[in-house]
Amino acid sequence: MWKYLLKRFLLMFPTLVGVAVVTFFLIRVIPGDVVELRLAGDRGSASQAAIDAERVRFGLDQPVWKQFATWMVGVARLDFGTSMWTGSPIWDEIKLRFALSLQVAIMATLVAVVLAVPLGLLAALRQDSWIDYAVRIFSIAGLACPSFWLGILMILTFLIVFKWLPPMVYTPFWVNPWQNLQQLIWPALAVGYRYSAVATRMTRSAMLEVLREDYVRTARAKGLVQRLILVRHALKNAMLPVLTVIALEFAFLIGGLVVTEQVFNLNGIGLLFVQAVAHRDYTLIQALVMLVAGIFIFVNFAMDIMYAWLDPRIRYR
Amino acid sequence: MRRSWRVHIAMIATFAAALAPAAAQDKPRYGGELLFAVPSEPPSYDAHREETFGVMHPMAPHYNTLLRVDPTDKTGTKPVGDLAESWTAAKDGRTYTFKLRRGVKFHDGSEMTSKDVKASYDKIIFPTAGVASDRQGQYVAVEAVQAPDPYTVVFRLKWPSASFLASVASPWNWIYKADILAKDMRWYETNVMGTGPFLFVEHQKGSHWVGKKNPNYWDKGKPYLDSYRAIFIKDSAAQVAAVRAERAHIQFRGFSPAERDSLVAALGPKITVQESPWDCALLVAINHEKKPFDDKRVRRALTLALDRYQGSQALSKIAVVKEVAGVQVPGTPYATPPAELEKLAGYGRDIVKARAESKRLLKEAGVPDGFSFTFKNRGIPHPYEPIAIWLVDQWRQIGLNVKIETIEASAYHPMLKRGDFEVAMDFQCGFIVEPDLDLVRFVTTSDANYGKHKDKVIDELYQKQARAIDVEDRKKLVRALEKRLLDEEAHVIWTLQWHRIIPHSVKVKGWTITPSHYLNNQLDTVWLTE
Repeated sequence: MWKYLLKRFLLMFPTLVGVAVVTFFLIRVIPGDVVELRLAGDRGSASQAAIDAERVRFGLDQPVWKQFATWMVGVARLDFGTSMWTGSPIWDEIKLRFALSLQVAIMATLVAVVLAVPLGLLAALRQDSWIDYAVRIFSIAGLACPSFWLGILMILTFLIVFKWLPPMVYTPFWVNPWQNLQQLIWPALAVGYRYSAVATRMTRSAMLEVLREDYVRTARAKGLVQRLILVRHALKNAMLPVLTVIALEFAFLIGGLVVTEQVFNLNGIGLLFVQAVAHRDYTLIQALVMLVAGIFIFVNFAMDIMYAWLDPRIRYR
Repeated sequence: MRRSWRVHIAMIATFAAALAPAAAQDKPRYGGELLFAVPSEPPSYDAHREETFGVMHPMAPHYNTLLRVDPTDKTGTKPVGDLAESWTAAKDGRTYTFKLRRGVKFHDGSEMTSKDVKASYDKIIFPTAGVASDRQGQYVAVEAVQAPDPYTVVFRLKWPSASFLASVASPWNWIYKADILAKDMRWYETNVMGTGPFLFVEHQKGSHWVGKKNPNYWDKGKPYLDSYRAIFIKDSAAQVAAVRAERAHIQFRGFSPAERDSLVAALGPKITVQESPWDCALLVAINHEKKPFDDKRVRRALTLALDRYQGSQALSKIAVVKEVAGVQVPGTPYATPPAELEKLAGYGRDIVKARAESKRLLKEAGVPDGFSFTFKNRGIPHPYEPIAIWLVDQWRQIGLNVKIETIEASAYHPMLKRGDFEVAMDFQCGFIVEPDLDLVRFVTTSDANYGKHKDKVIDELYQKQARAIDVEDRKKLVRALEKRLLDEEAHVIWTLQWHRIIPHSVKVKGWTITPSHYLNNQLDTVWLTE
């Protein structure tokens, strides 16, 4: 078991290094210049002397290999440098946005799990009944309507019917939970619904497959009660693909909610990502890609551990 | 599309409110928190090096400048004292002496003196190595800044400068504390400490900026507000929603005509609208190094093809453009009067005649059947997209086949600088309508002369108007320059002047719209009715 985990853990590092190399060079291929963009601003022009001074300041006058080496040394020390757009340390740019995105991701995951597991289970147990059809309609509707569109509908309903809008300023949960939930519950519901639709369908199909397995039939033949068959034998095995979907969606939510964040004016990682690319803020883009890649890799690692726990055969392979 | 009856009623109410006795507005009320949306965010906190309203809107209330633009002047061109109580100019126009107000305190309690003004201006005009000053070029006439006593600042100029006072009234020239600058020239990039009407409370990156009333503000009785909160909202639909739901009282940059109409329709008498010509314009840069654009007949044909008056009528319904203008914003001191403007190529009322002249010029230039070219546009939807479509349509009517290529905003400026275009959209926005500041980009050696024209006449006219002290003489020189730039040589094409639209809650009082969205952001005169 420990050997399996260690192997999985060590595999994370070459993946991260690969991401770092690709990101660093790819972003420099795209045309655009953070210094000129910022200094030209609305006026539409900037002096060459000011542009040159800023380039020197951010090390952009150095050869690319030297810039890469400097950055990699920083990454090895977990120092991602300063934003080329704001001049602030990268962590200052990211920390609050990360807290918001993480909270939305956790809340949306909770919404998804609370909806998906019971509904998927119910649909599988009552296959082809009206319950199954209702669950299928509910989940297909969730897949069909993008979360940002649902968000727009929510906002318009609040505005037109209730003459109200969720707070537009982020308040951390530990500062004012009520204010925080007033703002974040709506995007969590909008995103969680679509997310639950994917998971519901996965739970239903996995359960249907497992319920037809020989060991479930054997358990029934032995006279085991239905609840134990479902919980101990069927659900645990059916959860493997469901957990994969939930984990990957969770990782995606951290940096992938760009439009939803825009609709709800959420100050999250997704919007920061888009702004960083628009500004050609190399250091911030690199740090964000590393963050999101790190989350994906970590979630995958956690899933590997979970698989090994759910299915002991995995660790012996 | 016809406006709904509610829009009409709200507009009548707005108009009636504007005509109502001033007395009700003259009694400012103390207290309250002003909430406003800001579509951008400060990159750094140092206005001397930044060039976005994202710095100005949330941060200007923390600072003062030596002079400021009169907050009640709708033309946004009249300098008045801010930290300077009075000033005098020497007869030769080469020495300006400013007397400072006494008893002005920085937010840390220390007194503001001439030492601080000198240090701030030295940073702007004579930055040390490695310190970026974005507006250094606006002060080439300044030879030295001196502080002979704690309450006197003297600017010595190399030559008389007609725009000097306007430049000193720049809202970007915040006065910083000399002792801090002496220790660290970059301190103000990440910290806030001024003499302004509001103290800094917090900046939550990507979310909001908060300031609270400065109880020791030198202008006794001001500010009226207890605090303000700037909310960073990038998406324009979310900004409209914020104003509509009264999560924000105002957004100081501007809304589109459609957004104005939707807010007026939804909020009726709860909203009022202020409008003004906007000190921003989209220009067409024509690359003089590419054929056939090196031929002035071709360039003149391009400007003659534009029906600006019809364009203004149609585009002002969907985009933030309206006024037909020359090189100065209409209604400001050096703007060309409409009757005179109509004499310039492309500004006449008879479009049939103008287009016939266009075709004749193309024939004379050896391209009688027209030709094809690519028009590079900046990848920002409003108002770039509608203006580009309009231009292409107008040029098509004289037989030109134009393809639009949209370049992403971050790659746009480098593209212009490289000269990698035939014809491209160019743009400029200013903080004050002043020929010196607006026209410097058309001088041959300017970094912003993207069309790469070489014109000694323009260079000379620019120099002369910059040093002309007499207003009428200067007007003549500006007109001559305008005629040469837009008509005789047609080095660039001026499209339509932007139009600034600020719908805001009727609760907001004491704020006057100006042509620049960089002005009137100190909030010292603003108050809330409830």
